Amino acid sequence: MIEIRNLHATVDGKEILKGIDLTIGPGEVHAIMGPNGSGKSTLSYVLAGRDGYEVTKGSVSFYGEDLLAMEPEERAAAGLFLAFQYPVEIPGVANMTFLKSALNAMRKHRGEGDLDAMQFLKLVREKTRSLNMTDEMLKRAVNVGFSGGEKKRNETLQMAVLEPKFAILDETDSGLDIDALKIVADGVNALRSPERSMLVITHYQRLLNYIVPDHVHVLAHGRIQRSGGKELALELEQKGYKDFGVEEAA
Amino acid sequence: MATTHSTPTGDTAAARPYLDQIDRLKGELPGAALSRVRELRRDGRERFAALGVPTVRQEAWKYTSLRPLEKVAFEPATAAAAAGTHIDVLPTVRPAGQTGPRLVFVNGRLRADLSSTDGLPDGVVLTGLADALSSHADFVGERLGRLANADEHPLVALNTAVLADGPVLHIPRGVVLDDPIELVFVSAAADGRATVFHPRTLIVADPLSKAVVIEHHVGPGGAPTFANHTAEVFVGEGATLRHYKVQREQTDAFHVSHAAATVCRDACYDNFILTSGARLSRNEVHAVLDGTGASCHVSGAYLVTGEQHCDTTTLIDHARPYGTSREVYKGAIDERARAVFQGKIIVRPGAQKTDGHQLNRALLLSDTAEIDSKPELEIYADDVKCSHGATAGELDDEALFYLRSRGIPKEEARGLLIASFLAEAIDEIPEEPVRDAFAAIATGWLAARRGGAR
Ligand SMILES: Nc1ncnc2c1ncn2[C@@H]1O[C@H](COP(=O)(O)OP(=O)(O)OP(=O)(O)O)[C@@H](O)[C@H]1O
Ligand SMILES: [Mg+2]
Repeated sequence: MIEIRNLHATVDGKEILKGIDLTIGPGEVHAIMGPNGSGKSTLSYVLAGRDGYEVTKGSVSFYGEDLLAMEPEERAAAGLFLAFQYPVEIPGVANMTFLKSALNAMRKHRGEGDLDAMQFLKLVREKTRSLNMTDEMLKRAVNVGFSGGEKKRNETLQMAVLEPKFAILDETDSGLDIDALKIVADGVNALRSPERSMLVITHYQRLLNYIVPDHVHVLAHGRIQRSGGKELALELEQKGYKDFGVEEAA
Repeated sequence: MATTHSTPTGDTAAARPYLDQIDRLKGELPGAALSRVRELRRDGRERFAALGVPTVRQEAWKYTSLRPLEKVAFEPATAAAAAGTHIDVLPTVRPAGQTGPRLVFVNGRLRADLSSTDGLPDGVVLTGLADALSSHADFVGERLGRLANADEHPLVALNTAVLADGPVLHIPRGVVLDDPIELVFVSAAADGRATVFHPRTLIVADPLSKAVVIEHHVGPGGAPTFANHTAEVFVGEGATLRHYKVQREQTDAFHVSHAAATVCRDACYDNFILTSGARLSRNEVHAVLDGTGASCHVSGAYLVTGEQHCDTTTLIDHARPYGTSREVYKGAIDERARAVFQGKIIVRPGAQKTDGHQLNRALLLSDTAEIDSKPELEIYADDVKCSHGATAGELDDEALFYLRSRGIPKEEARGLLIASFLAEAIDEIPEEPVRDAFAAIATGWLAARRGGAR
């Protein structure tokens, strides 16, 4: 269970989150929609523990623990995963090395031993294939020279390998072609389970046809303005955000 | 100031203790029967007395002060101490259990009992200079002191004044050595006494020969040591010499090294230095591309922390046309450590079609880490391609957060990023076992730094 209470956060002294309240139960999928600049990525960074995002008020309880007191790697070890809106390129670090370091760090945290090279390769091959990725992408440096869609697939691969308890997908659908969208959605759905919850940030109702949410929230001006069922996404698709004090895009 | 001379001399008073040592050692040095060697030593002493110990007032030593040397009363290394020093494990890049040609020097003196020259092809000479001064007197007499310039470099002059022992390697024409030759230098302060020594290296690769030489510099620590190396390297026409070095002495060691190489027509000289040791180190590499189509590849990586000071000074002298040179240095500097990079490329008149490339990138891992970079191009030919670049930066915060967000602990994530940064230099080494061994040393350094957080 993830409980976000009255969360306020500033970036460079500017208040972006102005009191977020959100409770996500085990196995639930919540979608957040909202206009550009409304604070969706800010919320994901705050939850993942990025430097420079200062929480000024409120709390986040993650399965009973104080999430905000943890280092980013501790949050990951506790089961939080953020699929970045803009995945970071890391020259010189092979994607494979990166995945292995990440998986072994998590296993270590859970008191399990390192996977040996063969076991690891087998696991990654399986996941790579199901996401329609090539082995060649594993040898390349992390995200370097990857197309927008390839980066998003790489995020999904990491999630599939790390098997988090709570995944935040920040616009994982943006930049994906129609086929890739299905593949990634299948990858996400394969992870759905009664224990695993998700927060899906998207601009497009289309994604929610594949990953069907239990709840949809509208985030605008740093707050959740409205919550509803999956039909809310359809309504937003038709009406836009003008009901929430946002000018329609020209 | 008494004078406004454009090249101020060094500190002649600081030279005094060394001059006394030279005079005391004189009677004990090998090869005294060879007039050429006697002359070299005499001239070396004279030049050192005149030049003095370098100071920061001199352009070449602007960023590296040898003042800390003055605070230590160094005694010259003795043969008895070198012979009596117990050595447990010798460093190697070979797989466990595998042996190969190797010379071991303790405080600059050959330890034949730890060395092996088995299996070398006929005609190859691999021995200590003290031995070669009698066994190959003409050969070494003709070549010593031809490349390392004692007139301009005070520490080369000092080394020359007492040259006595060190590796001598001669690869005859057309001989290809499949096995790398390892040279192990152990700096050991006997009985806890601060010790100074001046090893002299001579490598002669005759035309069309090929060899790989790997130097390991280590020391058990305990008391300060001062190793003042001079190396002379001849790379004959069409020969390939790959010369690698890793310096991992303890942090109470001083390590100064001057390697002078001449690269003949169509020959190739590779030099790579990995530095993680010594309190103060200076690696000076001078390569003269003295034949058409000669090439050299002079690179390195330096990893320093604490109070370490590490100076890399290179001079690539393109004296003939169609030469290529490539330099890639990368450094990781932590805590209060300081690194210096001075890289000069000269293209002489007539050295047309020269292709020279130089890069030094430093990664500053703390607010108090420092780098001084001074690249210099001196070009006297018009049809050349030369580039240089120097950068200093910090670890990428965004990349660090990305790694941590995947559960990789902060220090390990930093280690991954630093290792990938250094890899760009280490990947310049074409010999796989050496490359892997050096990468492993860098990884070990990363794991050990700041108390071993992995
Ligand atoms: N370093 C910063 N300094 C000042 N403002 C910032 C900084 N970083 C982000 N912001 C602002 O915070 C607001 C929220 O940004 P955020 O990235 O969370 O929006 P978003 O809802 O994810 O938008 P999008 O749909 O475009 O991805 C924006 O107005 C943005 O300009
Ligand atoms: Mg966003």
